[in-house]
Amino acid sequence: MIDSAREQGLETEAVIGLEVHVELSTHSKMFCGCRNQFGAPPNSQVCPVCLGLPGALPVINGRAVEYLCKTGFALGCTVSPYSKFDRKNYFYPDMPKNYQISQYDMPLTTGGSVTLVSGRKVRLNRIHLEEDTGKNTHAGAAISRSEYTLIDYNRAGVPLMEIVSEPDIGSPQEAEQYLSELKGILSHIGVSDVKMHEGSLRCDANVSIRPVGTQRLGVKAEVKNMNSFRSVVRALSFEIERMRECTRVGQPIVQETRGWDESRGVTHSMRSKEQAHDYRYFPDPDLVPLSIDAALLERWRLELPELPDSKRARFAAEYGLSAYDAGVLTQEAGDAAFFEAVAKASGDAKQAANWLMGDVRKCLQLHGLTLSSSPMKPAHLAALIAMVKSGAIGGKAAKEVCDELVMHGRDPQDVVGERGLAQTSDASAVAVIVDAVVARNPESVTAYRGGKLKALDFLIGQAMRESRGKANVDVVRSRLQELLD
Amino acid sequence: MISGHEIRDAVARRERSAVEVAQQALQAIDRLEPRLRAYISLLPERALSQARSVDARSRAGQDAGLLAGVPVAIKDLFCTKGDRTTCGSKILQDFRPPYSATVVERLEAAGAVVVGKTNMDEFAMGSSCENSAFFPTRNPWDEGRVPGGSSGGSASTVGAGCVPLAMGTDTGGSIREPASFCNVVGVKPTYGRVSRYGMIAFASSLDQAGPLSRDVRDAADALEVIAGFDPMDSTSVDVPVPRYADHLLEDLTGVRVGLVDDFDETIAADSGMTSLYQTAYRNIEALGATLVHVRLPHAKYGLATYYLIAPAECSSNLARYDGTRYGLRVDGGDDVYSMFERTRAEGFGPEVKRRIVLGTYALCSGYYDAYYVRAQKVRTLMKADFDLAFASCDVIACPAVSCPPFELGAKSQDPVAMYLMDYFTIPMSLAGIPAMSVPAGYVNGLPVGLQLVSPAFEEARMLGVAHAYEKATGHARRRAPQLSAR
Repeated sequence: MIDSAREQGLETEAVIGLEVHVELSTHSKMFCGCRNQFGAPPNSQVCPVCLGLPGALPVINGRAVEYLCKTGFALGCTVSPYSKFDRKNYFYPDMPKNYQISQYDMPLTTGGSVTLVSGRKVRLNRIHLEEDTGKNTHAGAAISRSEYTLIDYNRAGVPLMEIVSEPDIGSPQEAEQYLSELKGILSHIGVSDVKMHEGSLRCDANVSIRPVGTQRLGVKAEVKNMNSFRSVVRALSFEIERMRECTRVGQPIVQETRGWDESRGVTHSMRSKEQAHDYRYFPDPDLVPLSIDAALLERWRLELPELPDSKRARFAAEYGLSAYDAGVLTQEAGDAAFFEAVAKASGDAKQAANWLMGDVRKCLQLHGLTLSSSPMKPAHLAALIAMVKSGAIGGKAAKEVCDELVMHGRDPQDVVGERGLAQTSDASAVAVIVDAVVARNPESVTAYRGGKLKALDFLIGQAMRESRGKANVDVVRSRLQELLD
Repeated sequence: MISGHEIRDAVARRERSAVEVAQQALQAIDRLEPRLRAYISLLPERALSQARSVDARSRAGQDAGLLAGVPVAIKDLFCTKGDRTTCGSKILQDFRPPYSATVVERLEAAGAVVVGKTNMDEFAMGSSCENSAFFPTRNPWDEGRVPGGSSGGSASTVGAGCVPLAMGTDTGGSIREPASFCNVVGVKPTYGRVSRYGMIAFASSLDQAGPLSRDVRDAADALEVIAGFDPMDSTSVDVPVPRYADHLLEDLTGVRVGLVDDFDETIAADSGMTSLYQTAYRNIEALGATLVHVRLPHAKYGLATYYLIAPAECSSNLARYDGTRYGLRVDGGDDVYSMFERTRAEGFGPEVKRRIVLGTYALCSGYYDAYYVRAQKVRTLMKADFDLAFASCDVIACPAVSCPPFELGAKSQDPVAMYLMDYFTIPMSLAGIPAMSVPAGYVNGLPVGLQLVSPAFEEARMLGVAHAYEKATGHARRRAPQLSAR
C-alpha cells in the first residue's frame, strides 16, 4: 500500500495512538501501605509487599480504583463494575517480583474520548490500573558501559493508570493537544500531579503512516522515552519523517519498538517484533476479582468536579472572558480556582484575568514558579486590583507590589505603606503642584495651546516628578486640561 | 511426650513451666536429630525467650493463650522475623525475612513456643522431602523410609514425639500425605481459612497452611488459633472461626459419611491398603454413622489439572528469585540477565526447574487457553462434583495415600510416580475444600492415614468425625517402635 503510494506519488498522513501512563496521587501505594511520595531518599518508602519479598501479598488500594473510575467518568468511558488484575510476566531488575500486576482482558474502563481544541475527537480504547516499577540509575553515561546499576524501589508499586487511545491522532501537534487536554482534565479531577518532568505523566506512541484517503493502518513503530510535551512533538515529527523517507527510498517499514534519544534528536530501534516479550498474562491468584457496588460508582460519578471544557464555557459566559483567556485560565484546576477567587473578591473578572495572564504570569515565569507554588493569596491580588482601581496606587507601583505578592505572599497594603507607594488623588494637593509647574513652564503652555499636544506629556511628567511619582496621573492630567484648555 | 492441650493446661495451672517444656522438646530434638534430620534451623533462643514470657503471663494470672507453652515446629517456608527462612532451597539459604508470617504471629500471640524450622521439599514441590536442597528427612517409623512431603520435617518431628504440634502447608497433599506417612493428624483447611501472608508461595490459588499434631484436639486448637480473616491477605475469607474443640464428637450417630466410587482402584492396588481402608469405613459405621456412596466423576482429572495450574502459578511466583534483592546471587557474565540465569541455574533444584519450565510453557500465548484456562474449567467442574456429593453426606471418607511410606530413593528418579502420590489429595485442593488425614492403622507395620473431607468452612465436621474415629481406634496413640526401643 505504501509502495503503491510511492509509485503514484501520493501524500501520506500520520496515524498516531498514545499510551499515557499516569501515576495516581493516592496517599499510599497500589498494593501496600507505603507512602506514595515523589523525591524521598532512595529505598526509604518500601516494605515486604512492594519489594516483592517471599511470602508478601498485595491488597488493592480502593482509592486508586476510585481515582481511575473518576477519570473514566470524566472521559466518558464505560466504567465496569467487574474487573480483575492479571500478572504481566517479564524479567527486569526494577520489577521486584519480575511480574507486574496489571489488567489484561478486563480493564476497569473501555471507550470514552478526549476532544481536542480543534474539535477533533480522539477515542479511547481503555483505561486500566497497574503498579509502577522501581527506577534504575545506571552508573556512567550509557547502560552498555555502566559498571553497576542502582535501583530505587520507592516508585515500585505506585498506582499507575494507563490510558490507551485509538489511533485517532493525525499529527505531532495534535498529540501535544491531546496530552495537554488530558493533563487539564486529570488536574481538575485531582487524581494525579500530572508532572511529566517528575514522571507522573509518561507517554508512549504508536506511529504509522498511510496514503491520504486510505483506511488501512500501516506498519507501526512504538516510540518510547519521551519525557516532555516538547520531546513528544520532536520524536513524533522525526519518526513520521523517518517513515516517509523509508517510503521514498523504497525501504520497508518494520514493526518495532524505537527509543527517542533526546540529545541526538533521533529515534533508534530497541527491539523488533520477533524480540517482543510473551508476557504470559494470567489472573493474579493473590487477588480476588474486583466488584464495585453500583451505588458507590454512582457516588464517585456525582463527586466529579466541573471539568475544563464546561469551565471554559462558563468562564466565557459568566466573566465575559475571551475564548483564549478562558482556555488558558482553565488549564490547571488550581489556576482556575485562583482566578475565580480573585474575580469574586475584586468584583472585576476582566482585571483578574489581565493580572493573572499578564504581570503575575511574567513574574512567575521569571522566577520559575507556578501559581500553586507561589505563596500569593487570591485576596491579596484582589486587594491590589482594588487599589489600582481606586487610584490608591499608580500602575508602576502596582507592578512593584505585584512582585512582592508573587514572591513573598505579602499583603499589598503593607508593601505600599512600607515603601511609600500610595499615590495622591486629592485634587487640591495635586492642583498646587500642577499650578506651580504651569507657572514655571510658560513656553510649554504656549506650545500646547499652539497645537503641540506633546507638550502636555512634558507638563504631566514634570508634575509627576514634582510629586515624586505619587500624584495620580489622571488627576494631574485633568487639572492640566482644566488650566490649559 | 504428652499432647499440646495437656501442656497448655499444665502451664496455665502453673504445674509445669513453659521453659521446662521447651527445654525438654529441644533436648528430644537434639537426641533424635542426627537420625531424623527434621530441622533446617533450630531456634532455642526464640523458643526460650517466648517460653519465659508465657511463664510470666501465667504467673501474673493473665490468660497465656490457647497454645500456652506448646512447643511447635514451623515448616521453613513461613517467614520468621530475623530468623533464617529457606523454603528448602539453596536460593534462599541465607534469607532472613524482616517480618513474620501471620500464622507465626498468631501462634506466638497464643503462647505457642516456636522451636525450629522444619525441612521440606524445595518450595514445597515434592512428596518425600527428598527435594530439600539440604538433606532428606527420615521417617520415625523406619529411618530407611521417607516421611512424605513436602511438609516432611514437620510430620517427622511430630511423629517422633519431639513436639506435639507443627505447621505445614498443603498445595496438593503436602500436609495430608506426610501426616499419613508419620502416623500423625494433618489438616488442610479451606482455601482462604488461614492467611497466606508471609508464607512463601508455591501455587497461590492452592497453598494453605495447616497443623500437624499428635491428636485431633491439638489440631482443632491450632486451627482455631491460625484461622480467620487477615487484611494482609485478600484471599483470606471473613467467616467466623468456631471453637473447633467444642465440635469434637464421641460417636457418629446421625452422621452421613460419603464413600467415593470414582477413584481409580489400581492406584491403591495393594491388598493391605484396600483392607485397611475397608476396616476404617466399618469402624466409622460402627460408631453410628450412615455410609452413603457419592460420585466424584471429575476426580480422575485431578492430577492433570493440578500439574497445569500449580506449575503455571509457580513459574510466576518464583520469578522474583533472581539474585537482585535478596537470597543467592551468582555474579559473572556480561549483563544482568546472565546474573539472573546463573543465579537461578545454581539456586534451584531439578524439580523446581522442571515445574517452572512446565508452567512457563502452559502460560505461553497460544497454549494458555488450551492448558491453563481449560484446567480452571475442570476445577470448576470438580467443585461442582463436591457440592453435589455433599448434598447427600456430611463428610467424605477416602484414602489419604495409595501406599505406606516408601524407601528413600525409591521414586526419586520417576517424577510421575512421585506425582501420583497426591492422587487422593489433589481433588480437594483444586476444589478449595478442607480435608485431613487421621491415623488409620498399619500396612506391613507402617502407618497409613484415612482422609476425611468437609464442605468449605466446615472443618468442624471432619474434625468431629476424626475425633470419634481416633478415640475408638487408638491408632494415633501408637508410637514409632524403633525410636521408642532405643
